Amino acid sequence: MKEETRRGTTFTRRSLLKGMVAAVATAISMRPSRDSSAHDFHGYDSNRGVLVDLTRCIGCRSCEVACSQEHGLAPPDGMLENYQPLEPQYRETRRPDHQAFTVVNQYQSPLYDHPLFKKTQCNHCLEPACLTACFVNAYTKTPEGAVIYNESVCVGCRTCMVACPFSIPAFRYDSAFDAQIMKCNFCFDTRLSKGRPPACVEACPMEALTFGYRDELLKIARKRLRDLPGRYHREIYGEFEAGGTSWLYLSPVPFEEAGFDTRVPRQPILHFVKDFLAVVPMVLTIWPGLFAGIYLLAKSNKTADNTTSKEDKSDETIER
Amino acid sequence: MKPLSGNVTDSIGRHTVGGASSQRLLDKVFLGLSRRDYLSQFLANPVNWALSLILAIGIPLLCQRYLFGLQAISHGSQDYPWGVLLGFGLFGMVPLSASGFLLSTTVEIFQRDDFRPIERLALLNGLLGYFFAVVFLLVDLGMPWRLTYPMVVSFGPAAVLFLVAWHVATYLSVQIAEMVPAVSEWADWPGLKRFVKKLTLGLTIAGIILSTLHQGALGALFCYAPAKIHPLWIAPEFQWLHFFVSSIFAGLCMVIVVSWLVRKTMAWRCDHRFLDTLDEITLGLAKGAAMAMITYLVIKIVAIAHDQEWLLLISGWGLYYLLELGLGTLVPLIIFAYGVRHRRVTMVRWGALLAVAGIVWNRLNTVLICYNYRLHQEIPYWKELWVVLTVLSFYFIVYRFFLYRIPVLFEWRD
Ligand code: SF4
Ligand code: SF4
Repeated sequence: MKEETRRGTTFTRRSLLKGMVAAVATAISMRPSRDSSAHDFHGYDSNRGVLVDLTRCIGCRSCEVACSQEHGLAPPDGMLENYQPLEPQYRETRRPDHQAFTVVNQYQSPLYDHPLFKKTQCNHCLEPACLTACFVNAYTKTPEGAVIYNESVCVGCRTCMVACPFSIPAFRYDSAFDAQIMKCNFCFDTRLSKGRPPACVEACPMEALTFGYRDELLKIARKRLRDLPGRYHREIYGEFEAGGTSWLYLSPVPFEEAGFDTRVPRQPILHFVKDFLAVVPMVLTIWPGLFAGIYLLAKSNKTADNTTSKEDKSDETIER
Repeated sequence: MKPLSGNVTDSIGRHTVGGASSQRLLDKVFLGLSRRDYLSQFLANPVNWALSLILAIGIPLLCQRYLFGLQAISHGSQDYPWGVLLGFGLFGMVPLSASGFLLSTTVEIFQRDDFRPIERLALLNGLLGYFFAVVFLLVDLGMPWRLTYPMVVSFGPAAVLFLVAWHVATYLSVQIAEMVPAVSEWADWPGLKRFVKKLTLGLTIAGIILSTLHQGALGALFCYAPAKIHPLWIAPEFQWLHFFVSSIFAGLCMVIVVSWLVRKTMAWRCDHRFLDTLDEITLGLAKGAAMAMITYLVIKIVAIAHDQEWLLLISGWGLYYLLELGLGTLVPLIIFAYGVRHRRVTMVRWGALLAVAGIVWNRLNTVLICYNYRLHQEIPYWKELWVVLTVLSFYFIVYRFFLYRIPVLFEWRD
């Protein structure tokens, strides 16, 4: 009995060691590299953006048309010769999807005597949630500020759609073989990478959209707030939302009146996941020792009680 | 479901002598019955007819999905990127399959030999649950042929899903290894069994680590949407703990339910060791589950206190939340407390069933019902539900196939 126990223990320690080596190897190989991607990233100086001024937009939807042409998408429906912005289907309900990268919706606020028009597209966040959520790194934040997507690695898990606080990425559900995420790319390939403004900005007849460096745009926006105090709600949407976005908005009314989501947190979305990411290395390092210790304790208790069951003995014989 | 009990020959519980080994293996696959007898017992079972009906409609639906895209079987909603397929198939199946790591920890680490008779059932339940969660993923992913991309092609190591992918893949291999002894007894490969037995402890500890992390990670995935999910269902600091702790009682309750079903429908396949200890084991599992439930309730309350959400509790959503927590966790907890004390095993089993449903309900709430609660509600398309049912039928068929054959409910007599 004694002999057996001793050998049993040797075996135990050895396999324990093996187990721990394996566990630590797993630990190291799986440790999320905490400095990669957007972890401590606060944007590029060269980040361009667009300032959208809701007081200037008349809801002509020229930007929608220009966008669909630029990206080879079907022209937006409901575009008549003389488009009537009051048609109910263009109010509030539309979002960018796989057929349109930008949409202009109409809102009516009791605080404003005109209808309000809000253009929605990807805001090209400084710390994009879509990018941090993607497990194959399909998204890239370019130094110019665009958040672009690489369909050749995307698996179609749609976590980016869940993560985007502005609900921008859309999925092509209608194709089995050509499914992919569809979203505004700031016209990166065709324009932004060459320093040119995106198609929608060029198409706007009212100069409601201003293209430039984000820093400059913030200055312009603040100047407008200063010069025309009665005209604007005194905030810039996008300055801090989700850690800051490349697209910035000025509105005559509080933003929730014009269909903006004001519950979007100020911190980058990654902030909310950090707590869990911090737990990972802890579990990886503490668990193996802890449970190995419990095992040894339980095992030695059992031998001390001399209650080793028949089954265990047969195990040991096999193990030897 | 009795038709088998009479005819099954003794040859399926032990190795018979004589005959070519391939012949013997085939014999074991057909449970020692002649092909005719096998077919007639198959047809005599109404459950098989129901399964056939589900598959007859479900398999064409699956073909539709792979030919014409997800839109063919779901609403393809841009606002609800994860539907029932993932809400049930991934987020529901994975906690219910925590049983493997829980029981192997109990038996191999805590050295509780009294739970050994049910260890293999728990391991099998875990393995199949994970395997079918991956099957659900393969149906739901836009590009299922790229399933391995996060492992081999392109890495996003800071993403929570990256962790889930790696851990589920690794843990699946761990679970396969843990099932090897049972299969090799059945197939008569003693060498393989000896080899894997040596790894048991390492495998078990790896299982604990991987399970803690990916069960938690499934919760942490929702931290990406802190403003989209109703605040009562999301607490960024605690979400991973909520998911992890609830997976503990989810896994234990699932084993109670499965072992109950098994005893009711395939007692012929169980040996005395299993049948005689099952009641005692059930009570033991319920005790463990009750402790996890208490912990869960406490951290749920802590999360509400931390986020100062007391007032939300008296809204409509708040009542719905209390209903979920009450029916899904508190009532089963009370049932367990009473049932264990007064040794009312059947009562405990009903309680476990309620808790299993409660976990699925909680996951569906987080993924679907309370997600984008400020927008419209997504009512799943019937085809999507039918596909869920179809995959579940495959799950059931494979589960039953293994239980009938490999020594899970009985010990191999050699
Ligand atoms: S708006 Fe959404 S899709 Fe665009 S960069 Fe930000 S998180 Fe990504
Ligand atoms: S759907 Fe594609 S791009 Fe979006 S998170 Fe998944 S793999 Fe990344």
